Amino acid sequence: MDIVKCTKVTKTYRQDTVVVRALSGASLSIQEGGFVAIAGPSGSGKTTLLNIIGGLDYADSGRVVVDGNVLTDMSQSALAHLRLHKVGFVFQAYNLIPVLSALENVEFVMLLQGVPPAERRERAKAILDDVGLGGMYDRRPAELSGGQQQRVAVARSIVSNPSIVLADEPTANLDSKTGASLLEIMQEMNEKKGVTFIFSTHDKMVMDYARRLIYLRDGRIVEDKIRNG
Amino acid sequence: MFFQLGWRNIWRNRRRTLVILTAVVIGVWSMIFLSSLMRGVADQFVSNGIKTLTGHIQVHHTGYREDPVVENSIKNPAGVEAVLTAVLPPEAQWAPRVRVNAVASNARHSTGITMVGIDPSREAGVSFIGEAITEGRYLKSDDPYGIVVGKALVKKFETKVGRKLVLMSQDTEGETASRAFRIVGVYRAEMQATEKQFAFVSMPAAQQMLNLSHGISEVAVLLAEHGQAMQVANTLRAELSADEYEVNTWQELLPMGSAIMKIYDWFIFIWFLVVFIAMGFGIVNTTLMAVFERVREFGLLKALGMKPWWIVKEVLIESFCLLILGMVIGNAAGFVSVLAISRTGIDLSALAAGMEYWGMSRVIYPHILGQDVMMANLVVFILGLVVSLYPAIKASRFTPVEALAHT
Repeated sequence: MDIVKCTKVTKTYRQDTVVVRALSGASLSIQEGGFVAIAGPSGSGKTTLLNIIGGLDYADSGRVVVDGNVLTDMSQSALAHLRLHKVGFVFQAYNLIPVLSALENVEFVMLLQGVPPAERRERAKAILDDVGLGGMYDRRPAELSGGQQQRVAVARSIVSNPSIVLADEPTANLDSKTGASLLEIMQEMNEKKGVTFIFSTHDKMVMDYARRLIYLRDGRIVEDKIRNG
Repeated sequence: MFFQLGWRNIWRNRRRTLVILTAVVIGVWSMIFLSSLMRGVADQFVSNGIKTLTGHIQVHHTGYREDPVVENSIKNPAGVEAVLTAVLPPEAQWAPRVRVNAVASNARHSTGITMVGIDPSREAGVSFIGEAITEGRYLKSDDPYGIVVGKALVKKFETKVGRKLVLMSQDTEGETASRAFRIVGVYRAEMQATEKQFAFVSMPAAQQMLNLSHGISEVAVLLAEHGQAMQVANTLRAELSADEYEVNTWQELLPMGSAIMKIYDWFIFIWFLVVFIAMGFGIVNTTLMAVFERVREFGLLKALGMKPWWIVKEVLIESFCLLILGMVIGNAAGFVSVLAISRTGIDLSALAAGMEYWGMSRVIYPHILGQDVMMANLVVFILGLVVSLYPAIKASRFTPVEALAHT
């Protein structure tokens, strides 16, 4: 079953007088449980595509469907609801809330969803244990390394059982060893929990982990290949 | 967790939070402290007026207030006294008086004064005179020639205890009546004008001098609370014939006192607004800085699925924490500073002449009113949250994509 379906998606940005065409009719389908990397050089439209799939931005034209929801027809408020319940995000710069501990950061999404305190605490601890951060529940982001912070971000993205997790260059700020360890965790979550992961990257290592690789150039999909093993 | 987040966020920039917190504390403190001083001044103005022979209620013969001549006296006070005994609350006190304009003179000076014939024991419970004697002695009930005068009059007349003072007025027949008194005591009052105006003699002495028989000019009543006056006055009006007697409350007798209290209500309100406007700019500025420093974070919160209203709520919670903390400290500082000067008051003797012009006492005692404290806190709290709405709404309008790209 397709969890994401994009049809002829276009997006243009204006920067002062310069018009930048970020996406020029990109179409793709991603099946549930996929572990997909969207690769391409800087400015190829990877992040734009990810933002549109995640409901952070609107496409200028075309159609985007995520888990049965037509994003192009949805209001800001409906998109916020969709992001809260169906989409997890992992950002390049970790983007944890600095005044909350690791556990509270993971709990925060469940708080917004209205999960009762005891249940959200239990689930947050379990997921932090899964990503190898057991015993670091009370540390604030500033007290964690980059790799540990990104693991908290991964834990936060999957704790509420979203349909998809969108990771924008998740390893860009990590050394290769830490990046590999993070990818293994995400792979494990994908295999164990069946969560669909879509990465944007130009990191070769991330591409090697992906089971499907989509190349973007100048806002168009130029290659889409399934990888074995 | 929203409160936890708000509380922790305000301490991310300690110095800035302490600066705005200080502004809120000083604002709330000044509102409470200065309003209590203003209330103290207004209260003392009214209390001085009430103690300076006004009382809470006065009963006169009809027409006396318009034309306070001896002919308009209460001829037979026994009826009034019986009603007062029956109707007044047990803690109330009352005193009859003969009160006429007179000329006081000695060998060197003469001046217009008010001669007050009193029942010394009853008067002591109603007006200031019972506790105001600083030289000599107080009057006795049957003192035929004793007179108590104010310190300022003694100074003006270059006289002293034991010397003579002649009073001259008009009696009930319209004839000039005069009597030589001997100064038996000197009193001090809050205001020099009082010391120059009133000279006290015994009731029988005044009645004999003015040929009044048992007549009196007025009865003054002192109640336990200022606020009881209207109700008790209405009861007295119901019992006393309106054709024969006038019953007036202190608000009617001291219209300036009532006006000052109303003016002070407005002064206090305007003061609160001025303080708040200064504080409000600080709150908006601080909150805006805090919001613009965290654009990325608001983008993240929106990306995670926070709706704009939740972000408004989050920013308002930060202002709420700041305001509540500032209000708690400001209230405590206000109460402590009022308590610290509540016994000694603030002595403004150096400005006595100017103070007296405004009818104020030499020493100001602060008086905290619950309604002022409540208004100060409500002004800070409600308006503080209202002005925080602007930065809060700004924060809620960042789009996640723009905000996350913000560096």
